[in-house]
Amino acid sequence: MRRFHIIPVALLACLPLAAGPAASADKTLTVYTYESFVSEWGPGPKIEATFEAQCGCDLKWVGVSDGVALLNRLKLESGRSEAGVVLGLDTNLVSEAKATGLFEPHGLPTDAVSVPGGYSDEVFIPYDYGHFAVIYDTETIANPPTSLKDLVEGDPNQKIVIQDPRTSTPGLGLLLWVKSVYGDDAASAWESLSKRVLTVTPGWSEAYGLFTSGEAPMVLSYTTSPAYHMVAEDTKRYQAAEFSEGHYLQIEVAGLLANAPDKELARQFLAFMMTPGFQDEIPTNNWMMPAAAVSIDLPEAFSTLVSPEKTFLYSSDDVAANRAAWIEEWLGAMSR
Amino acid sequence: MTQPPAIEFDTVAYGIGELSAEFTFERAPGTVTAILGPSGAGKSTLLNLAAGFLEPRTGRILQGGRPVNGLPPSARGVSMVFQDNNLFAHLDIRTNIGLGLDPALRLDAGTWKKVETALERVGLAGFGRRQPASLSGGERQRVALARAFVRRRPLLLLDEPFDGLGPGLAADMLGLMLEIRAEVGATVLMVTHDPDEARAAADQILLVSKGRIAADAPAEGFFDRHDLPELEAYLGRNAGP
Amino acid sequence: MLTRSEHRASTAGGVAALAVIGLALAVPVMVLLSQGTGTGVSASQGAYIARITWFTLLQAGLSTLLSVGFAVPLARALARRPSFRGRRWLISLFAVPLGLPPLVAALGLLEVWGRNGVANRGLALFGVETPFSIYGLSGILIAHVFFNLPLAARLILPGLERLPPEYWKTAANLGMGGLSLFRLVEWPAMRRSAGAAGGLVFMLCATSFTLVLVLGGGPAATTLEVAIYQSLRFDFDPGRAVLLSAIQIGLTLAVMLGLRLISLPTEAGDTKGGATSRPDVARGWRSLPDVALIGAAGVFVAAPLVAVVVSGLAADLARLLTDALFWRAAATSLAIGLAAACVAVSLAGLMVRARFSVGERPGSPGLGLLSGLAAAAGSLTLLVPPVVLGAGWFLMLGGGAGQLLAPLSVIVLINALMALPFVMRVIEPAHQGAMERNGRLALSLGITGINRIRQIDVPALLAPLATGFVFAVALSLGDLGAIALFGSDRIVTLPWLLYQKLGSYRTADAAGLALLLGAATMALMIVADRLGNRSGAAPLAGRQLR
Repeated sequence: MRRFHIIPVALLACLPLAAGPAASADKTLTVYTYESFVSEWGPGPKIEATFEAQCGCDLKWVGVSDGVALLNRLKLESGRSEAGVVLGLDTNLVSEAKATGLFEPHGLPTDAVSVPGGYSDEVFIPYDYGHFAVIYDTETIANPPTSLKDLVEGDPNQKIVIQDPRTSTPGLGLLLWVKSVYGDDAASAWESLSKRVLTVTPGWSEAYGLFTSGEAPMVLSYTTSPAYHMVAEDTKRYQAAEFSEGHYLQIEVAGLLANAPDKELARQFLAFMMTPGFQDEIPTNNWMMPAAAVSIDLPEAFSTLVSPEKTFLYSSDDVAANRAAWIEEWLGAMSR
Repeated sequence: MTQPPAIEFDTVAYGIGELSAEFTFERAPGTVTAILGPSGAGKSTLLNLAAGFLEPRTGRILQGGRPVNGLPPSARGVSMVFQDNNLFAHLDIRTNIGLGLDPALRLDAGTWKKVETALERVGLAGFGRRQPASLSGGERQRVALARAFVRRRPLLLLDEPFDGLGPGLAADMLGLMLEIRAEVGATVLMVTHDPDEARAAADQILLVSKGRIAADAPAEGFFDRHDLPELEAYLGRNAGP
Repeated sequence: MLTRSEHRASTAGGVAALAVIGLALAVPVMVLLSQGTGTGVSASQGAYIARITWFTLLQAGLSTLLSVGFAVPLARALARRPSFRGRRWLISLFAVPLGLPPLVAALGLLEVWGRNGVANRGLALFGVETPFSIYGLSGILIAHVFFNLPLAARLILPGLERLPPEYWKTAANLGMGGLSLFRLVEWPAMRRSAGAAGGLVFMLCATSFTLVLVLGGGPAATTLEVAIYQSLRFDFDPGRAVLLSAIQIGLTLAVMLGLRLISLPTEAGDTKGGATSRPDVARGWRSLPDVALIGAAGVFVAAPLVAVVVSGLAADLARLLTDALFWRAAATSLAIGLAAACVAVSLAGLMVRARFSVGERPGSPGLGLLSGLAAAAGSLTLLVPPVVLGAGWFLMLGGGAGQLLAPLSVIVLINALMALPFVMRVIEPAHQGAMERNGRLALSLGITGINRIRQIDVPALLAPLATGFVFAVALSLGDLGAIALFGSDRIVTLPWLLYQKLGSYRTADAAGLALLLGAATMALMIVADRLGNRSGAAPLAGRQLR
């Protein structure tokens, strides 16, 4: 979830109005997602326009703070959600999401989708992917960490902003990344890292905002994040730190809700998601790698990005089995 | 060689405009002066200037020939007793008196003994541990006198100290005050609005009116004079036969 | 002076009001208890909960120490300088944080104390390498001191100003130095109010929600209230929410009993300002410490307020004011505020009347209990913090998803309960006075029942009722605690919108919104205070901060 659109001052397109502008179309599809996806500068408005032209319907976005919060909200609403599609979970959460019984198989061919590792699932469809990375400010940090170990053991006065794994998929990603590298020593690694953590935000947007406004010289984001600054701001000031242990992969997915008011329309949207009409907006609006074919050329900046040789990815069953315990461990270590 | 006056006001001016005051007078050591006048005339201003609570705009104040302008109140050789609130209500009697011996209250056994003696002197032996609230108004004023007694300052300023005590008690207190004054050898300036008090205690009178000294005269026969319009007005007898 | 039937009606009204309050408190607690059973606590969970409980106490203790620790010398300095230019203005300034929504203040504090704020840039000029961090414990402490230092100073100052002027003259006459004067006179005069202020500040900080939510630095700087919110909004873990709520209630109860705060503290009251001269105090260069202290406190309190105004004016207010969502949030906030104020004033009115009626008929243990309960009802909201109340209702309503009326009613109810103690404190003495004046006359004229309420009692109580009402609206308008759990794209209030914008780092929008919200609540608070001064009741005196 790379949502740079919000850094320039954005109007509040992201907080959809229940009593919003009256829809002229008689069919309505509500999609739950994370808020930055649907902000004025995000892919949401453009995708909405393209899809509405195709379907003759009204597409309504509802944004919550971040990906894990999406799942929390679904659990809370337990089947009473008005949405047809949920967009913005990642593969880490897939098993847990399925276990809620709130989703049903999409029944669509997914041959068009191509992500590292070749993910395929009968309930969730990937729509983009990226690698988590620590982004640093070259004007403040001359010697960025070259490994997760470097990060964990580095100077406590050089701060990093991270996200809360209980609400945010990047936050959860870092948790799993540390777990992949440190295994049973993860708790002590977190204890050490916590000295460098300026603050823990509920979502990616706030964390990245704190970083670009200079509150902290490092932030947890994606290897693709520097592309935004190069393309939109023409600066190489913000760079991703390449870690020798490898980077954790994130594949973002969308799924069909079993209680969708209009399942056909919801399926139509999921199918649309795998076409260039949707995918073209991903690289330079969501600043992630597209999960299917695009009809545009990626900007030059994308070729300069860190490209991890080794990647980590837990199976979603492993995450589902351990997430609660690992979050407890994280809370315990971070509050020490 | 003559002794310098215990207190001297040399064209001491305070304030400006309607409320301005200007005083010139002097008093020999050991005298008792009653300061009379209508309310708002400047009696308390005069006392506060002498005590150092107020600083004059111009003019000199001297004590025993020594200029005291600019000196803090505690450096002026002055003890003061007010009509009320002379004692810190949350401190016991002996502490209230002890503060007169050392304002930081670092007292040794010998000094505490002095406190006891002073209490005995004002007829309150054994009251040391009591709280001011448990004493009557008259007893509290005795404590204030006891404090003035232990401090032994050459100038004793009294601001209507026996007001509201009732005539009998006030007379007793006045007597006690005069005894203590005699033992300490202090000069007294006493604001009062009671001509009887002035008659009974004072050698001399300062009649203050509208910020000026209207009369500075011996107490003897003062109230029988009829040549002072301010006195006539003050005593309310201008229309009398 | 009530008739028999009026007594009956008063009693019935009081019982009804108590029933509403009782239900509003009992239902969520019951829900929490029933939901919470059966969830065990793992060892690591236990350690985490122990640590946030410790942190809650630690930050509250340090906040209290700092607030009161600075308030004592500040109040002393203000008492020593009774007539400098702008003193009255400064003391009014110290009342401002009391009325300011914590979220608005947090924004101002971030502007001043953030990484790029004035404070850190100042430190950098002096060559301080490691910047001061507004996040975590230090940020929470700064925010709590910002709110509570002025409050404590205002609570302590009257104790000094009430001392008779002869004390200062005697002190000067005897030559008591600053230190012995403080030890022997000033501190004894401040001790009681400093203690009461300390108890209040500790209570407020132990239940502080918004500031910790915004400025906490993650799990290491989380309080029980924030953890309750997180366990519902982040983890959806009712078991933990219940456990945390139980700890929180136990903690506030212990603090309240320990400090005997059930009858909350001394009135801040208005300070006379400049009536007493202080001949014992040195002037000239020796007044420098006092001047420095007063100046520093003034700047400390004023700077975040100025920052809110400056950055708010720099924001695109015109665009904000043409934004439909802003107006929807404003309308929702206002509707909730008005409804909450109606509920609070009605409940307070019924209970005050019932207590008065009981007071006229002493002897009955049942009625005595009613009166006691009605008096205690006010403090109960302090005991069960809004987030805990909200948590119970939240679970009962299944998170409020897909509903509109039920969550709105809950928010209204919670806000009404929060305002209740202050509304009661405004109405009760006025009612007492009015009954003493008019009671016999009304009875002798045969004006009773509803006629009497309409024609005599309500007109006589108009000013205090209006004070309580406006105050309740203002309190509700700035509240984030109740809306935090229920806020969604359907229910958006101004504080919720502001929190969202802070969360998505729309700083300029947030700044504009903060200015508007802050100005609105301040205007209402000032109206309430003016009305209150007219009717002799100052609701600002001991308002809680959330």
